[in-house]
Amino acid sequence: MATRCASAVDPREALRTEPPLGALVEQAKAAALPPSAPSTPDVPEPDEEGPLYAARRKIYPQRVQGTYRRIKWIVLLVTLGIYYGLPFVRWDRGLNAPNQAVLIDFPNRRFYFFFVEIWPQEIYYLTGLLILAAVTLFLMNAVAGRIWCGYLCPQTVWTDLFQTIERWAEGDRREHLLRDQQPWTADRLARSGLKHFLWLMVAWWTGGAWVLYFADAPTLVKELATFQAPLVAYLWIGILTFTTYTLAGHMREQVCLYMCPWPRIQAALTDEQALNVTYRYDRGEPRGSVKKSAALRARGERTGDCIDCYQCVYVCPTGVDIRNGPNLGCIQCGLCIDACDAVMAKIGRPARLIAYDTDINIQRRQEGKPAVYQIVRLRTALYAAVIAIVGAVMLYTFATRSSEGISVIHDRNPMFVRLAGGELRNAYTVRILNKSLKARSFVLAVEGLTDLDLKVVGDTVTTGRMAVIAVGPDQTHELRVLVGTYSPLPPAASIPLTFRITDTETGQRASAIDHFRGP
Amino acid sequence: MADEQQDVDAFTGTATTGHVWDGIRELNTPLPRWWLWLFYATIVWSIGYWIVYPSWPLVSSYTIGAFNWHSRSAVVSDLDALKAERAAMVARLGAASLQQIASDPQMLAFALAQARPAFAENCAPCHGAGGGGAKGYPNLNDDEWIWGGKLDDIAQTIRHGIRSGTESRQGAAMPAFGRDGMLKRADVDAVADYVRSLAGLPIGAKADLTLGKKVYADNCAVCHGDDGKGKRELGAPNLTDAIWLYGSDNAAIATAVWNGRGAVMPAWVGRLDDVTIKALAVYVHSLGGGER
Repeated sequence: MATRCASAVDPREALRTEPPLGALVEQAKAAALPPSAPSTPDVPEPDEEGPLYAARRKIYPQRVQGTYRRIKWIVLLVTLGIYYGLPFVRWDRGLNAPNQAVLIDFPNRRFYFFFVEIWPQEIYYLTGLLILAAVTLFLMNAVAGRIWCGYLCPQTVWTDLFQTIERWAEGDRREHLLRDQQPWTADRLARSGLKHFLWLMVAWWTGGAWVLYFADAPTLVKELATFQAPLVAYLWIGILTFTTYTLAGHMREQVCLYMCPWPRIQAALTDEQALNVTYRYDRGEPRGSVKKSAALRARGERTGDCIDCYQCVYVCPTGVDIRNGPNLGCIQCGLCIDACDAVMAKIGRPARLIAYDTDINIQRRQEGKPAVYQIVRLRTALYAAVIAIVGAVMLYTFATRSSEGISVIHDRNPMFVRLAGGELRNAYTVRILNKSLKARSFVLAVEGLTDLDLKVVGDTVTTGRMAVIAVGPDQTHELRVLVGTYSPLPPAASIPLTFRITDTETGQRASAIDHFRGP
Repeated sequence: MADEQQDVDAFTGTATTGHVWDGIRELNTPLPRWWLWLFYATIVWSIGYWIVYPSWPLVSSYTIGAFNWHSRSAVVSDLDALKAERAAMVARLGAASLQQIASDPQMLAFALAQARPAFAENCAPCHGAGGGGAKGYPNLNDDEWIWGGKLDDIAQTIRHGIRSGTESRQGAAMPAFGRDGMLKRADVDAVADYVRSLAGLPIGAKADLTLGKKVYADNCAVCHGDDGKGKRELGAPNLTDAIWLYGSDNAAIATAVWNGRGAVMPAWVGRLDDVTIKALAVYVHSLGGGER
């Protein structure tokens, strides 16, 4: 593979030895043109409304080596490693909780993440995480463009994996192209079959890993293997196998081009200071063949470094030509940088004709000024500040969050009741939360009225001002609480009451405020 | 390719739709072909719905679909599934006494959850969503019980209603003393004042309590008791406390004596199953006024 790759990136060698390359160049040129251009095959004759649809160009991304390819391999290994392996990581929480490090426990409405246990009542942490994720995306984008799209997005990572499998089974770009033009031989059939089989295996494993996040992983694996797992597990594995196989195997760049909203948001978020994968046209143009450029240079005339070898287009997973400028189709994975660098090294020109750069720098270089890189500027500083603030608030609330809680709802109908003896009574629904993993008992006390009688329905022991309530480990307990008074109240009274719980052992407290209403 | 009228964007070479917003023109980018196929696929898929589900109207009926599926029968089967899921707890409630249900946290929680919607469906129209009552319809949150406030009393009232024609909870209605000529207007006014005095409510200076006391003793005491504390076995309310079903002013009391009272509550036995009635009794008892 390595030798073939080396020959592939040598344009002179390629031009001499490869018969269909001329056709490939034509195809790539057509690719660089808009889909409705007349040279594109498969587009029907447009009526006055224009074409109804655009045929898809099959993309054969070429294998490439270099810095960004290495970064992408590392990101792929790390992200997929986390995805497939995380459900099997254990975390000892003691008796009353599962020992899986990351678990979304829907039946019991709990989310476990290592030392964190989130209740549905604390869903605002998810809001905080989503805000952090959004602003982090904005910051990434303001600093260096579509880092998410190019390296981290699951669509990119899985497509990358699937394309690697495809190249392994059906050969690199040129081999695959040639094979696709031949009739269906046994060899071609076997290779294609092998590819689809491997794709389906990866897709199936992807779906299999997904369901492990929702149940005890080792148990579920055993159940799945012995066909004793719940139907819903098989169903979700099936769904994710289908989506992974379809999206990463077949849809690929179409997801980025037509389905994903992020490229559009991206277009609104980028600015002239953001580092984007950029063709430095100030250096590259006018482009021409190696021989022509050499001749021009020999005569002392100005010529660009781009030799129009199309390697940047061949390696592109979405099939765009970076030399046409910023493009919605460009996911900014940097593979064209690696491809171009390899060519520049071969023809003895400086690397990074395609590089992470900004529009401003191209203009500055054209004006003979030095390039400037302003990573820290008002916009990035503001994004960083928002991330810091939201992160700090989340950390603070998380560090100070209590392991008990109380919430109170006043009865809406009736607002108050007059008893036969003249006592005025209000009723409340009180819920006590015990977020710790051991059973606890709390003293419930109500304050706010001088003359006050507290009753808990179903509890035969307590009357007066306090009640003792037992709450099981990691549970809530709902009570109907009656508060009565003989005190004369002002008309249309609404007197604040404090409902307080105190752990009988540790003294930890929580309280909630509601009102006592009168006629 | 584009005709003269079509505006073509110079940068992309794509025709535009002709729509312009603040100088921004909309490209008429063609759909990808797979999208079009997907669209056709959804059309084909919809034919599946015609076959499987009721769809086409006919002259006097409609096509019923391959599996005779019906939204009503789907609800019924869902409810059956729910019933099956709850069967074990329902059986436990059916076998337990009301006191056992009320003192077992698990059964109590189940009974309350069962009773809330049943109350909203059957009881709330008269007694209010939270059992707060209204004039003529008792408040179920307070501690005055005309027919008794123990769990078994409440269950009995729900089962047989009040003056509903079943053998229990019959209680003669309060006679129309004035309208039927048993008492004169002056007697009615006097006994109304006397009843207010029993409850400790202020009465007018001209009130004739002597006459009122005599009228009360002759006509009312047989049901409401000599001391006015009422008799539950007859459904005669306590006249001495702070709770008045029809109001405590002179006019309201005089009206009651003149025209009589005899509120009716339907019997629920036969309409609700026994476990629901038990759950409702526990629920009403839990509202706050239940007696032990």
